Amino acid sequence: MTLTPNQLDPLDNPRMREVIDSTISEFGDQNGALMVILNHLQERIGFITKPMQAYVAEKLNVPVSKVHGVVSFYSFFTTEPRGKHLVKFCIGTACYVGGASQLIDKAKQVLGIEPGQTTSDGLITLEVCRCVGACSQAPVVVIDEVNHGRVRPSQFARILTEVQKSEVAP
Amino acid sequence: MAYYRSTVLVSMDPVCIDKGALDVKEQLIKELAKHNLSEEVQVLDIPRVGDPETEGPDFLVYPEGSHYIQLTPATVGPIVMEHFIKGRELQQYKAQMRDVTDEELGEPKDKEIRIILENIGKIDPRNIEDYIAVDGYQALAKVLGEMTPEAVIQTILDSKLRGRGGAGFPTGMKWKFARQAPDTPKYMVCNADEGDPGAFMNRKVLEGDPHSVLEGMTIGAYAVGANQGYIYCRAEYPIAVSTLNIAIKQAREYGLLGKDILGSGFDFDIEVRMGAGAFVCGEETALLASIEGNRGEPRVRPPFPASKGLWGKPTNINNVETYANVPKIILRGLEWYTSMGSEKSKGTKTFALAGDVANTGLIEVPLGTTLREIIYDIGGGIKEGKAFKAVQTGGPMGGCLPASNLDLPVDYETLGAAGSIMGSGGMIVMDEDTCMVDIARFFMEFTQDESCGKCVPCRVGTRRILEILERICAGKGVPEDIPLLRQLCSEIIQDSLCGLGQGAPNPVISTMKHFMDEYEAHIYEKRCPAKVCRSLITFDILPEKCTGCTVCARNCPVSAITGERKQTHVINTEICIRCGICKQVCNFDAVVIK
Repeated sequence: MTLTPNQLDPLDNPRMREVIDSTISEFGDQNGALMVILNHLQERIGFITKPMQAYVAEKLNVPVSKVHGVVSFYSFFTTEPRGKHLVKFCIGTACYVGGASQLIDKAKQVLGIEPGQTTSDGLITLEVCRCVGACSQAPVVVIDEVNHGRVRPSQFARILTEVQKSEVAP
Repeated sequence: MAYYRSTVLVSMDPVCIDKGALDVKEQLIKELAKHNLSEEVQVLDIPRVGDPETEGPDFLVYPEGSHYIQLTPATVGPIVMEHFIKGRELQQYKAQMRDVTDEELGEPKDKEIRIILENIGKIDPRNIEDYIAVDGYQALAKVLGEMTPEAVIQTILDSKLRGRGGAGFPTGMKWKFARQAPDTPKYMVCNADEGDPGAFMNRKVLEGDPHSVLEGMTIGAYAVGANQGYIYCRAEYPIAVSTLNIAIKQAREYGLLGKDILGSGFDFDIEVRMGAGAFVCGEETALLASIEGNRGEPRVRPPFPASKGLWGKPTNINNVETYANVPKIILRGLEWYTSMGSEKSKGTKTFALAGDVANTGLIEVPLGTTLREIIYDIGGGIKEGKAFKAVQTGGPMGGCLPASNLDLPVDYETLGAAGSIMGSGGMIVMDEDTCMVDIARFFMEFTQDESCGKCVPCRVGTRRILEILERICAGKGVPEDIPLLRQLCSEIIQDSLCGLGQGAPNPVISTMKHFMDEYEAHIYEKRCPAKVCRSLITFDILPEKCTGCTVCARNCPVSAITGERKQTHVINTEICIRCGICKQVCNFDAVVIK
């Protein structure tokens, strides 16, 4: 469901708009609805743009500043689309001690982007994240929600190429 | 509710029924009645046990966990005779035990006692029948049927159960305060925002034995007088969230959550709320703000959540592991529970062993077990025969303890006195190749990034400490940095609003206390003794070991290595970013750090 960078705002896309509306009506009545709705929008749309934040604020009858305050507070909420594949480096203590920073260096070398950036073809976004709780397999790289444990820098280039190749294959 | 000594779970898979499972079950009930075992052995239907095609009809007998397969009505008689009368397994009908391979949770080692982890990997977390078969929800039945809320609170007080989230506040006291609060409605909250890097005990419990947490929460809700509960689980644990949601749905279907639980007239329901990647939400007031749909910023206590919590109403909040202890205490009794642990800390604690230790993974030991027993006897010592340098307990708010503290018993008071904390149970072992200044810098980078920004000492103070530590690691430290760090640390501890700020300086204070020599080496000699800090090291290739295989040159991210095939390679230290990849990929140990 994730959009590529140059597409319209989800609010202007009828299919996305429907997802947004149904999410708001599904959870809008709950106590503490804002967090629940934002979590689902992040999952279903992939990001929460400023127009989307204003729209949610209007629907829930709360100030836009409150919605924006919540979106900007939590690191899971993003305001821009990510690449099609998300590569997250766990930088929890065990992974840090286990050599996560060398994996990040390797990824920078292979993809030419920094963590937080997306490759120009919109394919891969690099991110660092907090401990994913798989410390016994450190260092861990999470690729599209799947944990890869005990990754060595020498294998890592191959893993990345496989992600890239999976796109070329039919 | 009757107490059965055994439970037989009969597979009711359509394929098994087709192969005669109903006749097998009927025969089983007849045979049990014939031997007057109907009061002792419970027979339950479950959707599936083994593989219906090859093993059905089949059933499982608990508590032994014996799996009898390919049954016919004729084979049931001998099994009942042997298993329930004579007490031995009938090997000819038994399935070979399938290996439970859980990388994070191996077989229990000597010195381990597993209470919280005992069911994990042995029951199907997505099937409530599995939990019921191991005495699940019996404690709840006992509480609702036989005990007053006051008696439940007294039992938990007497058990000396303390908060497993790390602060160690007596759980019974919390419940008592929440019960005494006059306002209504009251809420029950479970803190499953296990954010400490290096800790994954709660994830394992939520993914492997979710009903134990639901049962503990429900018992607590009865004691406190709450009718609505929330489990706040971090977004990094999607499997835990989905497992919990399945467990809650099944518990509702079985009348173990919802209206009139077990016909007692007591109503209680639970909802899962997801975090969104903010470490500070593990702090209880920030967590409550997040459930309310706000920025997860902590607020001043008092008032404590027990009097003013969720939506300003009395709220009891405990950690996952704390709740998971409750059913066991109720069911197995105080004498059993208080027989484990040290004087002031009873029961067991789960720890996530990680880092440079031979056996990483989850363990559970009685409180009061020494660090040495945990790291060497259970953890198997340091990897690759290297020397122990420090163990970090309690996450980013904890501290690093040196070898001289290895014989300390692990409990709330002892770890606190040594300058660390119990914390939620992360335990990261570090070997001689770890730079303690770099570790302090790492933790400060974490807390600085996760500081919510509400109070100045934490927001600005952690930033200043980080800058100083970065300076020291870069070889630009000055002697005045040491007293400056000390002053900043003590001011941040005194003036911060919540536990995050008050604990943030701990990694710095503990490393300065135990590893001052490393700070001094960085500042005075511009040397990193563990050879970690990049600005203070250089890489070199030993000509006598280099075979000219070109692996290092091909892997170098900045092309700093040159050399012809089969010729000695050379690192250009001007270009080298000291990432260490060449050292890792070299098969001949030719790359050394100077």
